[in-house]
Amino acid sequence: MTTLSHHPAAGSATRTQRRQKRDWTGWQFVGPFMVVFAVVLIAPVIYSVYLSLYKDQLVGGNSFVGFANYAHALSDPKLWESLGRVTLFLAVQVPIMLALALFAALAIDSARLHLSPLFRIAIFLPYAVPAVVATLMWGFMYGTQFGLVGNLNDFFGITIPSPLSGTWVLASIGNIVTWEFVGYNMILFYAALRVIPADLYEAAELDGAGTFRIIRSIKFPALRPAMVIGAIFSIIGSFQLFNEPSILRSLAPNAISTFFSPNMYAYNLSFSGQQYNYSATIAIIVGLLTASIAYIVQITGTRKEV
Amino acid sequence: MKSTHRTARRVGRTVAAMVTGLCLVGSLAACAPGSAGGAKTGTADDIAAALQEKSTITVWSWGTPVQAAADAFQEEYPNVTVKVVNAGTGSAEYTKLQNAIKAGSGAPDVAQIEYYALPQFALSDSLADLNDFGFAELEDEFTASTWGNVSIDGGLYALPQDSGPMAMFYNKAVFDEYSIAVPTTWAEYTAAAATIHAADPSRYISSDSGDAGFATSMIWQAGGHPYTTENGTDVTIDLQDAGAKEWTEMWNPMVQDGLVSPIVGWTDEWYKALGDGTISTLLTGAWMPANFESGITESAGDWRVAPLPTYEAGEAASAENGGSSVAVLEQSTNKLVAAGFVEYLNAGPGVQLQIDGGSFPSTVADLESEGFLGYESEYFGGQKINEVLVQAAKDVVPGWSYLPFQVYSNSIFADTVGQSYENKTDLNTGLQGWQDETAAYGVEQGFTVNSK
Amino acid sequence: MALTTPESLTPASTAVRETTAATRSTSPRRSRYARPSAGSQHKRKSVLLTAVMVVFLIYSLLPLFWLFVGSTKTQASLLNSFGLWFSGDFALFDNIAQTLTYDGGVFVRWLGNTLLYVVIGAGGATFLAALGGYGLAKFNFPGKKAVFAVVLGAVAIPGTALAVPTFLMFSQLGLTNTPWAVILPSLISPFGLYLIWTYALDSVPTEVLEAARMDGAGEIRTFFTISLRLLAPGLVTVLLFSIVGTWNNYFLPLIMLSEPTWYPLTVGLNQWNQQAQTVGGDVIYNLVITGSLITIIPIVVAFLFLQRYWQSGLAAGSVKA
Repeated sequence: MTTLSHHPAAGSATRTQRRQKRDWTGWQFVGPFMVVFAVVLIAPVIYSVYLSLYKDQLVGGNSFVGFANYAHALSDPKLWESLGRVTLFLAVQVPIMLALALFAALAIDSARLHLSPLFRIAIFLPYAVPAVVATLMWGFMYGTQFGLVGNLNDFFGITIPSPLSGTWVLASIGNIVTWEFVGYNMILFYAALRVIPADLYEAAELDGAGTFRIIRSIKFPALRPAMVIGAIFSIIGSFQLFNEPSILRSLAPNAISTFFSPNMYAYNLSFSGQQYNYSATIAIIVGLLTASIAYIVQITGTRKEV
Repeated sequence: MKSTHRTARRVGRTVAAMVTGLCLVGSLAACAPGSAGGAKTGTADDIAAALQEKSTITVWSWGTPVQAAADAFQEEYPNVTVKVVNAGTGSAEYTKLQNAIKAGSGAPDVAQIEYYALPQFALSDSLADLNDFGFAELEDEFTASTWGNVSIDGGLYALPQDSGPMAMFYNKAVFDEYSIAVPTTWAEYTAAAATIHAADPSRYISSDSGDAGFATSMIWQAGGHPYTTENGTDVTIDLQDAGAKEWTEMWNPMVQDGLVSPIVGWTDEWYKALGDGTISTLLTGAWMPANFESGITESAGDWRVAPLPTYEAGEAASAENGGSSVAVLEQSTNKLVAAGFVEYLNAGPGVQLQIDGGSFPSTVADLESEGFLGYESEYFGGQKINEVLVQAAKDVVPGWSYLPFQVYSNSIFADTVGQSYENKTDLNTGLQGWQDETAAYGVEQGFTVNSK
Repeated sequence: MALTTPESLTPASTAVRETTAATRSTSPRRSRYARPSAGSQHKRKSVLLTAVMVVFLIYSLLPLFWLFVGSTKTQASLLNSFGLWFSGDFALFDNIAQTLTYDGGVFVRWLGNTLLYVVIGAGGATFLAALGGYGLAKFNFPGKKAVFAVVLGAVAIPGTALAVPTFLMFSQLGLTNTPWAVILPSLISPFGLYLIWTYALDSVPTEVLEAARMDGAGEIRTFFTISLRLLAPGLVTVLLFSIVGTWNNYFLPLIMLSEPTWYPLTVGLNQWNQQAQTVGGDVIYNLVITGSLITIIPIVVAFLFLQRYWQSGLAAGSVKA
């Protein structure tokens, strides 16, 4: 999370602390977190790096191969295909979800809505539903025979293409992810809108600014940090896409391949294929890639602010 | 951050220190002992003696009837505690088993493993050779095909638990509605498929969206031998042999003309489709009746069983589909008791208890017993279904074997052959792709692969 | 936290960052509670806007409604009736009773396990994050920058990919198939750490700490008696989002646990769902659906009842000035 070091707080924090005595007292507080962190996160990462330098075969055993796994990965069409797929997902689903969340947040904040607390809570609720349950529910509904899609087809005498066919499955997964997280992002944006001081609006209205002018000149700038954050976490989420496609896979095995997303690829390599070493390599490459993209978004997203 | 360099250096140092520590962990994992004691061999007397001592064994199995057998076992041997654990169905369990084997600990004493997956575990020396416990003499008690499945490269890695000779389950009500005679050849079957779908486009004779177990069983029935393994590591793959071609020639039009429904097996839609007549036949293993009774209640009484259609009229041929064996893990510290339980479960009183729970046995004596053959299933309209199913067991084409990495190979079936189903293109292209990827994996894993 | 889904990590962090960013970028002088809405109150309600939002609302609630309708049906009528309306006998209570008693009441056990993981996992995560975030905010110590770099850098690694190494290590430590295998990783919430860090920078005045030091109070004592209370709104937000993360955790327990005795609800439900593929196994979609409903109710209720807290937690930055 390179993003954090650019937070305006970093500077002021350093200044405050300079006045304090330099000693090890802080470790009393940070220590417990770091010990657990080392066990459950750092150690596996380092172990992954170690694994990625070896190759363990069913016949022939374990041997050191240097960077051969990395070379293999960079020319692995399955890895590139899966990266391409999540990039497409990212390019389409994330903007739609964030736009919907933004619209809902603005609507709820606009004071023009009847029953706005009801909308706020109802749209946020799916966030509390476990991904497993969400995917099971949507999976049932996507069914063209007996699911909701089938019902609609029967009722209107139409033929909606199967949401679980190869052409549409990515969009169907996008829908599930949108359903799960649009409310969360909405609340995020809403919280940002709520802290805009009222006198700003009053001043704008005195100047005769209309609704859209206010949105553009006051609300959007205030939303910028929240939007950057929403975007960064959606990017990380997209690259780590796993739960939804892997649970949906039992309903659409042909449309969702074992290398549908980079994360699924890494998972299947190690769990079905026992290629622990190559799987670790993929994980490291994807991790580095995700971090870099998040970093770039963070830089470009906040540049004008600073 | 201003002090990037300093931070980086510090991180570097920390990482280096941790790597050193972790290599230790890594090498520990590598050096973990394969088995942690307990007798590795023993006679029937040794087993009998061990069963009298206080011990606990863990059994991984997803089949519900096993619990009943374990209860009876504990009554007979009160000092032994048997923990039956459902660690997942099929590949979900194998994943956990492989992880435990890789980790060197955490595996159960006994595990249920389907026939297709057994060679993979046998090869990695993860399973105890039951010849060491004198189980070779049990051979005559089991059907030849199931015994063949557990005998790998001279070792005996499990005892057959149940079997799944294929038969055709059909919805008689639908067949009667369209005056279709029960097909005995695949030509009749495909004709019936066309009749049904033409009469009602929402109905299909069957569903198939691509299933590795089904495809390999169909190739098996057609006389194919796509997989051969010699010396444990010399593998030959030929998914374009005569048997495979015969199957695809028959099945290609079914898929391409949309005569089989693309509904995915074992989903709720599939159960619904079997219940309301959308799907009117099911080509599957003899273990299916129990699932019919619990999952497809809507059309109870409409279903019947017939032999699997064949390519030549008058010929009888079937194949195994599914079916499990029960193995003793090399990691077990109590192999004598574990072996004792496996024998009790699959070659002793446990067999009948499992049959009572709905399982289709692999023991000759039970298959031939009057009570079993004479059982009239209410669900199947009073039909003596076991007569048909037992005959299917006898008709299984001999000589089949799976790959020593079949679990992985099946896991990528949808990526390759599944695409032929999805796009309604030639299944042979898909099979070729499946073969290529499977062969590449074999080579990657150090096998000598001859991909034809 | 590496093994939980990334989504489960995002909330806290986002919330925090949001809060603090908002605090700094504006100079709020009024509580949000004093300001009824963003524009001004006299605006006319728009029917059109409300109608559009109703569509949104239907989209959000429809699957939940489907789940509720489904849980009122028997296994048989589930398979042959329209999914979005009630049909046949109203079997909700039967289904609930069956769900709770099926297979020796294993569902209740899973519920208990989930609660255990939530209480220890989310509670512990909040506590560790509070200690650590406070330490980072209020003390200067050797290695502090390395702590930042390492913690923040590790977050982008895909959690699922770390599963195998973590599993192998835990296995060496004898932790797999014990509750610790689930609890330990959920104790780490890097975003919670970040949230508390930014929160503590502002909400715990250094002067107060210095005064306490003058009085001779130890640092730990000061933390528990003074600072913790000042951090409360931030803690509630971290806790609530950690609870959601732990409650919804699926992947980690799936690989770490082999015995259903320690399963949380999510993994148990998926196993029930797969049971239809079992030889001689019961087909119990009705229980899967009812179980799903029971699974989401506590968390939904928690959100509804704690609404005031988490919304104030999110907006905390604007309340304190």
